[in-house]
Amino acid sequence: MPADAGKRGRDVSANVETSRPIEPHAVETGPVLASRRALLVGGLVAASGAAVVASRAQSQATQDLTVGHDMSGGAVDPYLADDSGMAHGNMTMVGRVDHSRNGFDPTAMLTDWETGQTEVLTDGRTLRTFEVDAIDMEIEVAPGVFFPAWTFNGRVPGPALRAKEGERLRIIFRNLGSHPHSMHFHGIHSARMDGITGAGLIGPGEEFVYEFDARPFGCHLYHCHALPLKRHMHKGMYGLFVVDPDPARHPEHAAVAASRVLGSPENAEWQELAMVMNGFDTNFDGENEVYAVNTVGQVYMNEPIRIDKSRPVRIYLMNATEFDPINSFHLHGNFFDYYDTGTQLTPTLRTVDVIMQCQAQRGILEFSFADHEDGLYMFHAHQAEFTELGWMAFFDVQESGA
Amino acid sequence: MTDQSQPRRSPMTRLLLVLVPLAAMLGAFVWIASLDPLRGFNNGAPPVEALTVERTILDRSGISLRVRAGGSEAMVVAQVAVDDAYWTFTQEPAGPIARGDAVWLRIPYPWVLGEAHNVNLLSNTGATFGHEIGVAVSTPRAAWGQLRFQAVIGAIVGLLPVALGLMFYPAMKGVSRSGMNFLLALTVGLLAFLLIDTISEALELSTEAAAIFQGSAMVWLAALASFLLLMALGRWRGNPEGIALAFYIALGIGLHNFGEGLAIGGAFAAGSAGLGTFLVLGFALHNVTEGIGIAAPMLRARPTLWTFAALILLAGGPAILGMWAGSLAYAPQWSALALAVGAGAILQVMVEVTAYLLRQNADRQAALMSPAVLGGFLGGTAFMYATAALIKI
Ligand SMILES: [Cu+2]
Repeated sequence: MPADAGKRGRDVSANVETSRPIEPHAVETGPVLASRRALLVGGLVAASGAAVVASRAQSQATQDLTVGHDMSGGAVDPYLADDSGMAHGNMTMVGRVDHSRNGFDPTAMLTDWETGQTEVLTDGRTLRTFEVDAIDMEIEVAPGVFFPAWTFNGRVPGPALRAKEGERLRIIFRNLGSHPHSMHFHGIHSARMDGITGAGLIGPGEEFVYEFDARPFGCHLYHCHALPLKRHMHKGMYGLFVVDPDPARHPEHAAVAASRVLGSPENAEWQELAMVMNGFDTNFDGENEVYAVNTVGQVYMNEPIRIDKSRPVRIYLMNATEFDPINSFHLHGNFFDYYDTGTQLTPTLRTVDVIMQCQAQRGILEFSFADHEDGLYMFHAHQAEFTELGWMAFFDVQESGA
Repeated sequence: MTDQSQPRRSPMTRLLLVLVPLAAMLGAFVWIASLDPLRGFNNGAPPVEALTVERTILDRSGISLRVRAGGSEAMVVAQVAVDDAYWTFTQEPAGPIARGDAVWLRIPYPWVLGEAHNVNLLSNTGATFGHEIGVAVSTPRAAWGQLRFQAVIGAIVGLLPVALGLMFYPAMKGVSRSGMNFLLALTVGLLAFLLIDTISEALELSTEAAAIFQGSAMVWLAALASFLLLMALGRWRGNPEGIALAFYIALGIGLHNFGEGLAIGGAFAAGSAGLGTFLVLGFALHNVTEGIGIAAPMLRARPTLWTFAALILLAGGPAILGMWAGSLAYAPQWSALALAVGAGAILQVMVEVTAYLLRQNADRQAALMSPAVLGGFLGGTAFMYATAALIKI
């Protein structure tokens, strides 16, 4: 490969190197020869009138049907015992991700809200200050699969920033990475604070301070808005930006609002979880190889999320999946209320089990397992492809204190 | 200058004269290694990775792939996805795969008969290596029944047509000088077709092999080496002619048929077992010419019946051996190598038959340009081309 090819060059050349030997196997037969040998190979498959081996092919057929079939056939299936190793339970990644090496643990991320430093301004308002650094970092997105990420504060997704409606926000952003980056917040702010070129997009080694008021309340996001946008986004530069409603401003739904204010007694009732649906294109071909919630494929399959069934669950869910226009969330054995964008205090959808989110769409899910029996309840993307490439997970529902 | 004029050197001196440049060479290598001259080019880019699937086996335990690593460094298969689903797998032997090494990946995937499957291998750098299984069918086991069945097929496409061709021998016996020239030229013509066919197939196979085998260079060098070796062997006791030349032709055709058998056996191993009667017939017709070619140089000799049997075995038997070898241990690089050796053998036979043809005629120039020779050569290639086209799908 050329000496000046960078990270991208690696993957391209890897593919070029290998796709040639591998792809020509149009038919799986190993050698597919274009010359007279080809008729053997192709002809074998095609020639149904193959008198010579008709009986053999037949015996293969009976044998293969058992192989191809679902293993749930039970005792009726004479091959069940033999094929126990082929049950669909084998649909899983091999190995475990080393969270300590990554420097972040997706289970800890669920409840790890970044609330920054607060001080009271002269006018009585609260000034909340966050510090965020852009850092280049290689992360393990599936067991043994490493991805050269660009991160906010060394984690993907970036820190889940949480503030309260009406506060003054100050975000000190330092670019310690190798490329220009920014923080573009979904919220209401001035053009100067937009995080695009000329408004907070800074080069490596530079610093910028974003300042705006926390509004509207809801479940938002922030992401890098440097160009090319696709690459900066999918390399990991996004995170949740949650603004809790001020109960005083919403007297008609004060109780609901209070339950959303982090740290309030009403909020303590809830089990709140931060989830960012994302994907990783590990070979940079414009398609994701790994899908996940909070970055690591299948992590909540391997480490189910403990749920105390006596307390309701609230999920702040965001779709940061690049390359696929839509992602989805499906809960097994239960239904939930959904607050699209989280900017309402009454549900936008009631009693649903699947919601879909476009890129950058987000919302709040509320549900309860109070009347359920204990057990593992699955949740996953209802695009089967995403599910099978890593985006599936379990809630481990148990009695309180269990 | 004679040996005597050179000063006599003691064994010690002579040893030193070898050791000194050896030591210098060693020192130079150590120096180059310590210098790391490529360090200046190191831009932090990850190593180039390459992975080649050499064999695919589908059975009741799932999918097995034999993959060979060919990257700049040892590489790790971190995950395996089949049809866009991550799947468990085991690797034998486990661990990073060194450059040039091959391992078996066992994937307990419930594949579906007659359908296509896509296997995607993810390395630890996230690079992917796709392998398509076009039509999934169970890979036959190399059981005794299977081997016997392959022997029958091998005999039909290898032994039978050669024997049929040799049966023309009595009829050919009484031909005139120009008729003889025609037959020899026909032999060269059919060999010319086989040469081009064999080389192009070897080259194509070599592109499917891991880069470490250096596909086309291997093919050309192996062909050249086998050509030179067989030429030297053949000329050991003068120019081969008569029965000896017939044996060389049989050997060249036999090596070609071995390569052919390898590919058919590989197809069997890969699960595409089901040879149509029509195809077998096409092959037989195609290969009958080989028998005629073998008979041509023996027309002046008195071969025994045993000679014919030996010639048939030598020319056609390798097809059976090739099928067995191909079904038991198929890999594109070995098939390419076998075909390349066959190509070298075919070229040697072409040279020898042409030389024999020239020696048979007083006026070589005139004989070479005679209608009989040109017609025979063109007829040979055309017949091979036409029958090949007939059996092509
Ligand atoms: Cu960026």
